[in-house]
Amino acid sequence: MYTASDLRKGLKIELDGVPYEVVEYNFVKPGKGQAMYKCRIKNLITKTTQDRTFREVDQIGKPDLEYRTVNYSYFDGHKYVFTDLRTYEEFSLDEATLGDARHFLVDDVEVSLLFHNGRVITLEFTKPFVEKEIVETEPGVRGDTATNVTKPAKIDTGYELRVPLFINKGDWVRIDTRTGEYTDRVSKG
Amino acid sequence: MSQERADLRRKRPALELRACVLEEIRRFFHERGFLEVETPVRLRAPALEAHIDAEPSGTLYLRTSPELHMKRLLAAGYERIYQIGPCFRRGECGALHHPEYTMLEWYRANADYEALLSDMRGLLAAVGASPLNGSRPVRLDREWRIWTVSEAFRGWAGWDPVELWDENRFDRDLVEKIEPALPRDAVSILRDYPAPAAALARLKPSDPRLAERWELYLGGIELVNAYSELTDAAEQRARFERCARERAARGKPVYPIDEAFLRTLEEGLPPCAGAALGVDRLVMVLAGANTIEAVTAFQEFEPAPPAIPRMNP
Repeated sequence: MYTASDLRKGLKIELDGVPYEVVEYNFVKPGKGQAMYKCRIKNLITKTTQDRTFREVDQIGKPDLEYRTVNYSYFDGHKYVFTDLRTYEEFSLDEATLGDARHFLVDDVEVSLLFHNGRVITLEFTKPFVEKEIVETEPGVRGDTATNVTKPAKIDTGYELRVPLFINKGDWVRIDTRTGEYTDRVSKG
Repeated sequence: MSQERADLRRKRPALELRACVLEEIRRFFHERGFLEVETPVRLRAPALEAHIDAEPSGTLYLRTSPELHMKRLLAAGYERIYQIGPCFRRGECGALHHPEYTMLEWYRANADYEALLSDMRGLLAAVGASPLNGSRPVRLDREWRIWTVSEAFRGWAGWDPVELWDENRFDRDLVEKIEPALPRDAVSILRDYPAPAAALARLKPSDPRLAERWELYLGGIELVNAYSELTDAAEQRARFERCARERAARGKPVYPIDEAFLRTLEEGLPPCAGAALGVDRLVMVLAGANTIEAVTAFQEFEPAPPAIPRMNP
């Protein structure tokens, strides 16, 4: 268990069986009253945030969390399979757990899995940017290098994102896996 | 240029404002016949309060407030006194807290908390008129908003702590519901606290459920605490003892009871009232800053608590 005085930005805690991360933290102490910690906490499963005030005497759960570095191996038709290259242990994750991250998986890409009570709750790419080929978009406008006007485009996995007008089908682009957004064009060859 | 040197140069206007505020405070009290006093910083017996922790200093403690010594002066016939100096509260660290800070306390014999409210109006007017105080985001001259604690809680938290005391709920609602509702651009007063929420205050003769205490908020930030002081020795000893039991039950250090102070009460302390004002916060609000660090030249940080072992390798 943690006590409120352990709280700080970045600390991962557990409330009612749900893991949270402290994203904002303020020490407050009204008048002659007790010390309190006004926090904004992020639910690590749903990613939503909420405000929560802890008292000095509150006991706060310590989540059973573990990170593992693994590499993406293959899709078995139902699940995405990752391998720990040191132990050759395999982990199969379904679409719901991966969310949009599944669109950015390429062979052997290294990711970090966050386990809560032995169950994977988050996947983070070790290198946050991936390169993907655009397989579908309206023809590009030559010479239009503006990046603030965008159009829809698709990558091979069917994921749709907004790209600048000058991007063509067959171009490779860099995508930020944390936001799922276009970053820049990659020159290939 | 080192970061420290750059920070200190940037802070110059704030530190000049700070000096100016201190000067105005001294002028204000001097003009009203208050005597500036100094009392010990290291104490054998810091005032017992449920939620205030003292920093040990050798075999003594650093003061969390000068109030017990100030009252001993009052009892000896010093009728109007004030003090500006450092106070220390263990573990209080945040945007509005630092374990070492500057406190102004003033006391009046033969007066109650109402008299202090009128001192307070004069003091804020004096400080607000100071020439360096340019960008003032809080209007000090606007009509003050005054609520009893009952009114504030019934309006914003939906219950009355005077009817039914619940310390945890009171503290939490104060921080989450009452303080955020106070106007950002004006002076507000909360007054007449539930009796259990005032360790050293006199109860209201007309309604003993209430303590004669007010708190002033400047721009929503708590700045001053004032009491009609408790002068009854037996009642004071009972409150100290209750507080010592509470601290022991929470596993907090229990400080010795200040017998010299209790002897003073037994010998007789005239009716009196006193207020404590956080000087760093006052300067902070006047400077339009968000942290007391911005208006303090240096802050000596305590070593970080032991790191929490990371769960992931």
